[in-house]
Amino acid sequence: MNDDKFDFLKTLGIYLFGQAKKFSLRFKKSPTMKDLMMVYYSEAKSARLTGKKVAWITSGGPVEPLIAMDIIPIYPENHGAMIGASKMGAGLCEKAEAMGYSNDLCSYARSDIACATVNGGPIGGLPRPDMLVCCNNICGTVLKWYEVQARYFNVPLFILDTPFCHTGYSEEAARYVRAQIDEYILFIEEACKKKYNFERLRQVGHLSYEGQQLWQAVLDTAAHRPAPMSAFDAFYHLALIVTLRGTQEAVNYYQQLLSTMKDRVARGISVVPNEKYRLLWDNIPIWPRTRWLSQKFASHNACLVADTYTSAWCGAMKYIDESKFLDSMAEAYTRIYLNIGVDEMAKMVIEMIDKYDVDGFVLHSNRSCKPYSFGQLDIQRIVEKERGIPCLMIEADMVDDRSFSESQISTRIDAFMEIIKERRFKFK
Amino acid sequence: MDKIAEFRTIVDHPYLYLQKLKDQTGKKIVGTVCSYAPEELIYAAGALPVRLFGSDSGIHRADLHLQSYCCSLVRGILEEALSGKLDLLDGMVFPHTCDSIQRLSDVWRLNLVKPFHADVVLPVKLSTPSALQYLLDVLKKFKTDLERGLAQEITEAGLIHAVKIYNAIRAQMKRLYQLRCENPQVISGQDFHTIIRAAMIMERETFLEDLAAIIVELTKTASEKKPSGTKRLVLSGGICSHPDIYDAIETAGGVVVDDDLCTGSRYFEGMINENLPPLTAIAKRYAERASCPAKHAGLTNRGEGLLKMVKDCKAEGVVFLLLKFCDPHAFDYPYLKEMLDRKKIPSLLLEMEEQTQAGGQLQTRLETFIQIL
Repeated sequence: MNDDKFDFLKTLGIYLFGQAKKFSLRFKKSPTMKDLMMVYYSEAKSARLTGKKVAWITSGGPVEPLIAMDIIPIYPENHGAMIGASKMGAGLCEKAEAMGYSNDLCSYARSDIACATVNGGPIGGLPRPDMLVCCNNICGTVLKWYEVQARYFNVPLFILDTPFCHTGYSEEAARYVRAQIDEYILFIEEACKKKYNFERLRQVGHLSYEGQQLWQAVLDTAAHRPAPMSAFDAFYHLALIVTLRGTQEAVNYYQQLLSTMKDRVARGISVVPNEKYRLLWDNIPIWPRTRWLSQKFASHNACLVADTYTSAWCGAMKYIDESKFLDSMAEAYTRIYLNIGVDEMAKMVIEMIDKYDVDGFVLHSNRSCKPYSFGQLDIQRIVEKERGIPCLMIEADMVDDRSFSESQISTRIDAFMEIIKERRFKFK
Repeated sequence: MDKIAEFRTIVDHPYLYLQKLKDQTGKKIVGTVCSYAPEELIYAAGALPVRLFGSDSGIHRADLHLQSYCCSLVRGILEEALSGKLDLLDGMVFPHTCDSIQRLSDVWRLNLVKPFHADVVLPVKLSTPSALQYLLDVLKKFKTDLERGLAQEITEAGLIHAVKIYNAIRAQMKRLYQLRCENPQVISGQDFHTIIRAAMIMERETFLEDLAAIIVELTKTASEKKPSGTKRLVLSGGICSHPDIYDAIETAGGVVVDDDLCTGSRYFEGMINENLPPLTAIAKRYAERASCPAKHAGLTNRGEGLLKMVKDCKAEGVVFLLLKFCDPHAFDYPYLKEMLDRKKIPSLLLEMEEQTQAGGQLQTRLETFIQIL
């Protein structure tokens, strides 16, 4: 059998599997994350059979305009997280290093760039993109990363440039981003070879807003004592608000999740048995070690009740005007958590400390993410000054397990928890 | 040459020079951190823009604000600021380029009180009409910020004068690059580098006068200096804070004939059109000059530019001089190398820490590389 034929049959298999799964979900009251992700990836990976377009997009990028045109959005960062969680990060990062990429570069980018050339990783690589959409509201790295992929796949690249808001959102930035939203629409029309459907975008906008509200409501349930869910659960349930924001599936999923969490609250069920201490997490998870960290903190009766990472997908909701989605989107996407000054970030951290009533602050100093990590030391100092709670900084990497020193981190967590326990004892 | 010796003293002790200048003339000094700082505007506001390069002594104060995986340029600049060495500055200008400089601005704003602090959040794209409109808007806003911050009106005449001075410097620098390309023996790499660094520190009109004198002198002696048959190289990368590298290259039998460096051609390249309104013309130069990898001006522009440079100056190889933890450059390196490989142009990657001295290992690598050319 030649390669093309094999490839076709493989794709057909993936397609049929996805459709069968989708059909079976009709009879399932509440599909799991795994069910939904299986359908999502199988539809994406069989897009060339169904004629659908695939766009790769950055995690902070505006996905709604794609969804409204039935383009399947694919998130290399989400893929990076999957690679990290399945502990395949170190291998793929090494491959990227052999390709000439420095091991100091972002490990999402390194593993994705390597993965594209070998179709490796936990799901056998991502479906080939028809277009790339890069929004630099999360970092400058995505620009370079998407340039690499645009050269590799030889497909059009749209860059949504969201000027950094050190001390506010300037008028000129507002005009610039708004103008680019129109350019984005034109880019999509060009890629799809059909007129843009603005009516559909309005619906998608509503669903996106509803999804974000629900996601925030889910996260809010952890303000309850004891918390029905932890940040580690949020890391898991996050996938849909990232990838399928603006779809009915995401809304349904979070409605279901919210009622589960509310039910747990009503029945006083805590995610960490004997929850005594509540912590706030900062930065992207250490994907290969989430389980280990979760168990480690739980062994001290500590629950990571909230984090600055998963809340970033609903943190700019205050700027969205549902009736003027296209216009307000520009501001909402520009003023997200990572695109603002360190002082404003510290302010949001303090709001979370108060809201979730936490006893300590754990900061992951993430070698892969400079805009998220530089400034953390100042945020830590501001938190210590304003709220006087103990802070712990762990240096690691979100994907590349080679940067994780288990014994050292374990000792530091033990020492940190001792301080929190003593502090509790003193104040009682 | 006396002038170059004077330049070297200034480059080695920039703050002594600046303090003296300030004491004597009352001139305001404004620090910048990147080649995208709109210096013409700062100059038109009557202040002297000075590019900062950070400390060459141990970094410890900056450790309290920036982790070890931040590049030593950014950490070094913060170190000098925190140690008080930059107290003579009347202001700081942070053009938006990379993630590290972006956060340096925040850390600076929160920890160091300066009379004037400006973020010039330039577009990342330099290739679309809306980006160019935004770039112009940003320059206009920066002009207002400067006027308010330095309490000095920027007049149209002042701006035109600044553009003239900067254009004249760029024209002279272009001439210097040509001279070196034609006959690299006219000036040593060290001296060349000294001139470039002096251009970023010295009072610009004084610098221009001295530079013109140096070039006259070099032109005169050029015919006496025979080309020596050394291997011609292009340097590519971010900043070069290691003038020793030039000696190391020369000792190894090579010579630098052109560069694509932030402390080099990217700072000088491109003239400002004096027939256009000044701000429009300044914006246009940013859009057209060779870009820093933190900016987007196309997918292969930098590679094509590098190939053209190698061809034009008849170089036999390229040395990539990358600063450790500089992401934009590290991302571009594999594709640049691949484009060179396809044209069978050998290249060598040197990853530098700010404090790295050109040691024995570096020397050996350079020698091995130059021998195979």
